[in-house]
Amino acid sequence: MLSVDVTRRVGDFTLQAAFETAGRLTALFGASGSGKTTLVNLIAGLVRPDSGRITVDGRTLTDTSSRIVLPASRRRIGYVFQDARLFPHLTVAQNLRYGRFFAPRGERYAEFDTVVELLGIGPLLGRRPERLSGGEKQRVAIGRALLASPRLILMDEPLASLDEARKSEILPYVERLRDEAAIPIVYVSHSVAEVSRLATDVVVMREGEVAAAGPASAILSRLDLLPADEMGEGGAVLDMRVSGHDQVFGVSRLRSAVGEILVPRIAANLGTTIRVRLRARDVMVATEKPVGLSAQNVLAGTLAELEPVTDNLFDARVDCAGEIIVARITKLSAVRLQLELGQRVFVVVKTVSVGPTGSTAAGS
Amino acid sequence: MTDWIGLGPDEWSAVKLSLRIAFWATLASLPFGILVALVLARGRFPGRILLDGLVHLPLIMPPVVTGYLLLLSFGAKGPAGVFFADYLGITFSFRWTGAALACAVMGFPLMVRAIRLSLEAVDRKLEAAASTLGASRIWVFATVTLPLALPGILAGMILAFAKAMGEFGATITFVSNIPGETQTLPTAIYTFLQVPGGESAAIRLTVISIAISMAALIGSELLARRLARRMEGA
Repeated sequence: MLSVDVTRRVGDFTLQAAFETAGRLTALFGASGSGKTTLVNLIAGLVRPDSGRITVDGRTLTDTSSRIVLPASRRRIGYVFQDARLFPHLTVAQNLRYGRFFAPRGERYAEFDTVVELLGIGPLLGRRPERLSGGEKQRVAIGRALLASPRLILMDEPLASLDEARKSEILPYVERLRDEAAIPIVYVSHSVAEVSRLATDVVVMREGEVAAAGPASAILSRLDLLPADEMGEGGAVLDMRVSGHDQVFGVSRLRSAVGEILVPRIAANLGTTIRVRLRARDVMVATEKPVGLSAQNVLAGTLAELEPVTDNLFDARVDCAGEIIVARITKLSAVRLQLELGQRVFVVVKTVSVGPTGSTAAGS
Repeated sequence: MTDWIGLGPDEWSAVKLSLRIAFWATLASLPFGILVALVLARGRFPGRILLDGLVHLPLIMPPVVTGYLLLLSFGAKGPAGVFFADYLGITFSFRWTGAALACAVMGFPLMVRAIRLSLEAVDRKLEAAASTLGASRIWVFATVTLPLALPGILAGMILAFAKAMGEFGATITFVSNIPGETQTLPTAIYTFLQVPGGESAAIRLTVISIAISMAALIGSELLARRLARRMEGA
């Protein structure tokens, strides 16, 4: 459990943030300049708050009222920086072992070989950081933080400086870390795609304040919380099980309480849980079960909320067996369909994103 | 054993003495050089400019003045001289140790400058990364800052060594020119030039001092290259 309640003023900018999270991967999410990095630096102890309290699993790291501000070196909080920050004078193996050396003997839970295997960095061990690609550097940086056996790992936009291909190289490793290592992660990002794929919990930052906090599916379907330039990326996030593959048509079936949907064939074993994203702009609403439609994915539900976004746009929030699916529709449609709350409706999904690239998820 | 280059005993002792003095002057001033460079590079306190000026003073003052000030403070009756003699058993006046002190003071600004520049070039972000991995400030300095500043520290040591090999004014003022005790290469060359028929000895010592300087320069260059190669990864 991470609990934060801090204030810090720098010039005109005031960060005043309070939230609690017990998620496996909590995304700190918001536009650039919203105070995400400052918040992470406060947790790491690289920056001092003007006032406030930070605790991790009941252990106080910062409490200005009792004048406790632990130095970064005694916090046991791993930090994966956007720019990797590997030590140039050490080899990859030496970089990895750096933090392990300082961890108290009894608390070294991370095993060197396990971490190297988890991140696939075995072939890099003898090299210098200079000779690594951007993606390899980030994997080593994650390994280095992990091997210090921290109680919490902070990742500050670890993919921001990488191209799309490198991003999809790293993402599966972050997912493995989230699912296989028992350390909570705080992940800073401004990308809805990344957050949708990775986060179990989301804290939305806006102008130095926490605009919302909660489970990922609840937050990401609230399009009004997303940064303006990323709003089109927002929508429902569902965890679904792979229930079948169709070789002939090249599709995979995904199933959860909401029903079944078809996606282009993915490389995942039957029974694996896959996170899918239904962007609000890719979802339509029908009052009767549509027939003769090229879109395959139609789910039934009841209209839970109709929220005006602009003068002529509405977000229709449809409750499908407990999960909320959002559709962005025009005011004209809403009026013509005579939509009413509690009404039985069908949602038609034009495109389903599986992972940020919209195709394959972690296959290993 | 010195016949092969035809050095007389006085000449040979001047060469050995110069090397010994330069070696100790460099080594003894290194910890202070790193400390002062660190304070100047990172410190934020009133009087920093004053300290900076003080360190650089020997570079711009006439060496004779520096030597005379050393004589006043570290001489047999100077306050610092008395302190060192009474509590540490080290005397400086008219001893080779005094020559080493004079050389260290004269080379100090060069050493501090080189180390300070390389310390300023160290990426503070790497130090922050080290601290999140559990390294205390002293460990961060020893395992990140110092290794990354190593090329500059080596350069500073070479500069100080070279300066010590050539120091004349402060040395001769402070500890005079005693063969076998304080007569270094430059003062020996000067002495030989003052006596009739001493020119051939002066030329031999000149050649040796050129050779030593070149060897130091080439050595430092090779070391710097090796360091640079190591950083780039091999």
